Amino acid sequence: MSASGGPAGPSRSEEAEPAAGGLLSLIVGTRGADAVVPPSGYTVWLTVISAAAMAFLAVCALAAVLVAGRTADRWTEGLARTATIRIEADATERQAQTEATLEALRTTPGIASARVLSEAEQRALLEPWLGPDLPFDLLPVPTLIEVAETTAGPDREGLLLRLAAEAPDAVFDDHQRWRAPLVAAADRLRLIGWIALALVGSAMAAMVTLASQAALAANRPLIGTLRLVGARDVYIARAFVRRFTLRALLGAVIGASLGMAAFALVPRALGDTALVATFGFDGAEWALPALVPVATAAIAFAATRVAAFAALRRSE
Amino acid sequence: MGDLIAFEDASFRYGTREILANVTFALAPGSFHFLTGPSGSGKTTLLKLCYLALRPSAGRMLVRGRDAAEMASDDIARLRQRIGVVHQDCTFLDHLTVRENIALPLRVMGRRLEQHRGDLDDLIGWVGLRDRAEAYPPELSGGERQRAALARAVIGDPDLIIADEPTGNVDWDMAERLMRLLVELNRLGKSILLATHDLSLIRATKSQASVRVLRLKDARMQLAGADL
Repeated sequence: MSASGGPAGPSRSEEAEPAAGGLLSLIVGTRGADAVVPPSGYTVWLTVISAAAMAFLAVCALAAVLVAGRTADRWTEGLARTATIRIEADATERQAQTEATLEALRTTPGIASARVLSEAEQRALLEPWLGPDLPFDLLPVPTLIEVAETTAGPDREGLLLRLAAEAPDAVFDDHQRWRAPLVAAADRLRLIGWIALALVGSAMAAMVTLASQAALAANRPLIGTLRLVGARDVYIARAFVRRFTLRALLGAVIGASLGMAAFALVPRALGDTALVATFGFDGAEWALPALVPVATAAIAFAATRVAAFAALRRSE
Repeated sequence: MGDLIAFEDASFRYGTREILANVTFALAPGSFHFLTGPSGSGKTTLLKLCYLALRPSAGRMLVRGRDAAEMASDDIARLRQRIGVVHQDCTFLDHLTVRENIALPLRVMGRRLEQHRGDLDDLIGWVGLRDRAEAYPPELSGGERQRAALARAVIGDPDLIIADEPTGNVDWDMAERLMRLLVELNRLGKSILLATHDLSLIRATKSQASVRVLRLKDARMQLAGADL
């Protein structure tokens, strides 16, 4: 009976230590480790479907973060160094006050340029609200001066005082009044997006933890048998970790793909001049939703590992 | 060579109940011990202490000279790779075939199963399960399960085989067959510790091997290592 005399009696040095490093060994796998866990169970689809839903939501939250960020940037930087001066004087004084204003602007440090908008430009501005057949001559449309500021900007108080003296009907508007709450709203939206992403990640971790705990509890006899034949806790944990991480990764790939497809189908008609940035992903930003499955797998890996070792410690 | 396992005045309590009290004995390499005693006398607890599923509440238990109390969980796992265990109600992984279950110790040790295919086939033939190798555990009879458990216990080439009432669920012919396998393993140098309350089994084995008996009664060891 050769079997019992050393049926599988290679030297002890042959006992391969499982590959070090959690994620590496997860990818490479421990030889046959995952086969010791039964292949089926309700936790399979629970994990896959939940991971898909979470990944889809994560892509949506990511899109919200990006669009809020782009919009806030547009409102902050696009309009930050511009101002408009309205000359609301009556017809007899309008030209004189316009020239006085332009002169004041020319001699004010911090003003890069200033120009009077043409009638055609003003008509184009009003057309979206009042229509193309605008009776421009009959309307009390003020003269508009577009002002571009340097990076340092002008001494706002000094400029206002000078305009008050030299062009009393000139109204200086640096857009601050309406821009500030919009920027604040966009920033808040961005924050909410980050919070949503964090909540999605936390919910994912909680779901995987619960599913893996259920699987570990259901497989308690199996764990007892594995321990009886000399399995180390890291071997047992790795079998479950690998199983749940791969399931979460599969679900996340499905969910993120659906999310990316949905955003790819969002119309792009808004364009760069729109008040609100295009909703979705642009260019290199598409790499971010593509990372959602990787992040999901990392969360599932960490959550299952913690849950598995805690359960194994409790069952000692 | 030192003892495989040595108990030095070891006791085990479960709550306020004393299951084992001041037990002292040693298992030498190549020895064959029967552990007897009435039901509830602590046989299973003593076996669990031997493969470190439990640890003494008091006293010392040394495994290859190392104090069990100082062993970490990884040390215990490695130790169990050197001990084959057969239970009366042997448990298997029901989603794996008999062959895969028998190979399980090799798998958890990280060994390449392809390199041990011949040994595995020999072992499956030795326990008489060649025709059942691709069956699943729920399809096996009681005797077949015991033989599969014995094969699983020895596949890793252990130093010690611990069996808890391995013949409890099988008929006399199968019990004799199992005992012959254990005697053969003992002749190959394996230490055997077998718990049973079946004295006829002990008598039948005495003619084939040099066996010694440990008797437990009322949580205490009454005979430690005496010949039959």
